[in-house]
Amino acid sequence: MFGLTPSQTVGPYFAYGLTPNKKYDWTDLIIGDLVTPDTTGERIRIEGQVFDGDGKPITDSMIEIWQADAQGRYAHPRDARTRPNTSFKGFGRVGTDAEGRYVFHTIKPGPVPGPDGTTQAPHILVAVFARGMLQHVFTRIYFADEAANAQDPILTLVPAERRQTLVARREDGADGPVYRFDIRIQGENETVFFDI
Amino acid sequence: MALVYPTEGLKAHPPRLFPDYKSTVKRSPSRPLIVVPHTLSELTGPVYGHDSLQPGDNDLTCHGRGEPIGERIIVHGRVLDEDGRPVPNTLVEIWQANACGRYVHVVDQHPAPLDPNFTGAGRTVTDENGYYRFITIKPGAYPWGNHHNAWRPAHIHFSLFGHSFLSRLVTQMYFPGDPLFPFDPIFNSVTDERARARMISSFDLENTKPDWALCYRFDIVLRGRNETPPDND
Repeated sequence: MFGLTPSQTVGPYFAYGLTPNKKYDWTDLIIGDLVTPDTTGERIRIEGQVFDGDGKPITDSMIEIWQADAQGRYAHPRDARTRPNTSFKGFGRVGTDAEGRYVFHTIKPGPVPGPDGTTQAPHILVAVFARGMLQHVFTRIYFADEAANAQDPILTLVPAERRQTLVARREDGADGPVYRFDIRIQGENETVFFDI
Repeated sequence: MALVYPTEGLKAHPPRLFPDYKSTVKRSPSRPLIVVPHTLSELTGPVYGHDSLQPGDNDLTCHGRGEPIGERIIVHGRVLDEDGRPVPNTLVEIWQANACGRYVHVVDQHPAPLDPNFTGAGRTVTDENGYYRFITIKPGAYPWGNHHNAWRPAHIHFSLFGHSFLSRLVTQMYFPGDPLFPFDPIFNSVTDERARARMISSFDLENTKPDWALCYRFDIVLRGRNETPPDND
């Protein structure tokens, strides 16, 4: 009978297929560095740790991010705006390490169109996959230094006391700004996940 | 609220908390997920076309110096959206155990042999009809630590993108008639029997290559639709 193919977990052994990262004999197609030669905008590093319901790092998760360019344009046919930076895909994927850490090198996205003529504050979509997760979860990274967060049409739908779980805090790193975004799958300060 | 994609079909997916699969207990959100509109951010997604591939990426039997051990098979099918339309030009990535049920992963310590001629990773991009095809080896069943005498049914992991970030799917393809089905909590986490059946490939005698390889067919249905909806976002 016709219908969606159900989701199943990535399991513990996805790394050699999806995130070989030179540790396995398979070429990387999707990596954690999104910056291409024609990418303009502020270069940033996004890093964090992923934790389970006991607060233990999840060392076998996979994080994917999807974002607009610095002008707020998506590299996808549905976004009809012209993009001169044709090699910037806006998509990245990494696995977490032995401490549950992940790192992306990218650029800070610009504001993008929101529902009903609104504008969304700069943000990045995140999908988290892991052994023990039968479906991935979706969340969003917002940036602590953006005043537009206060009017963001999505962030304002989140109960105020949980919003901070979606806001990455800015730190000064050795080679530029670092935004820290930890992901807590369950428990105290659980990250907000979206039902979309 | 602009939910551009229907949500009814999402009931096919397993619950995030399914205690029979023990790892879900600490790895599933306990707070309610928050419903938000589908915006341009959700309705766009990564595009990886044929230029992303190397020749032979979809033939997992040619990645070593010699032929891998095991039963050579063809796995093919179509990727469709929820309107039944083909999803062309979309990336399909797979990974799997070898014929002995062993993965090339540092954490896999199952005492079954590795095969120097089989890594178990492949990828392809669907053609204009949403069609894909892999040549590989039939994976073996393998034990895991979920409960006493737990074995996973033979399966191939699939990862797909589709029309948008909302179409993203990671699933597992199973083989028809596997005696381990009733005992596997991951397979049975999909509680609807008809939905569960959609994860099982069908034996495809017609496309078997005589004297060379048996064939299995696995069609995949992703969330989303290609049509341009009214401009309400």
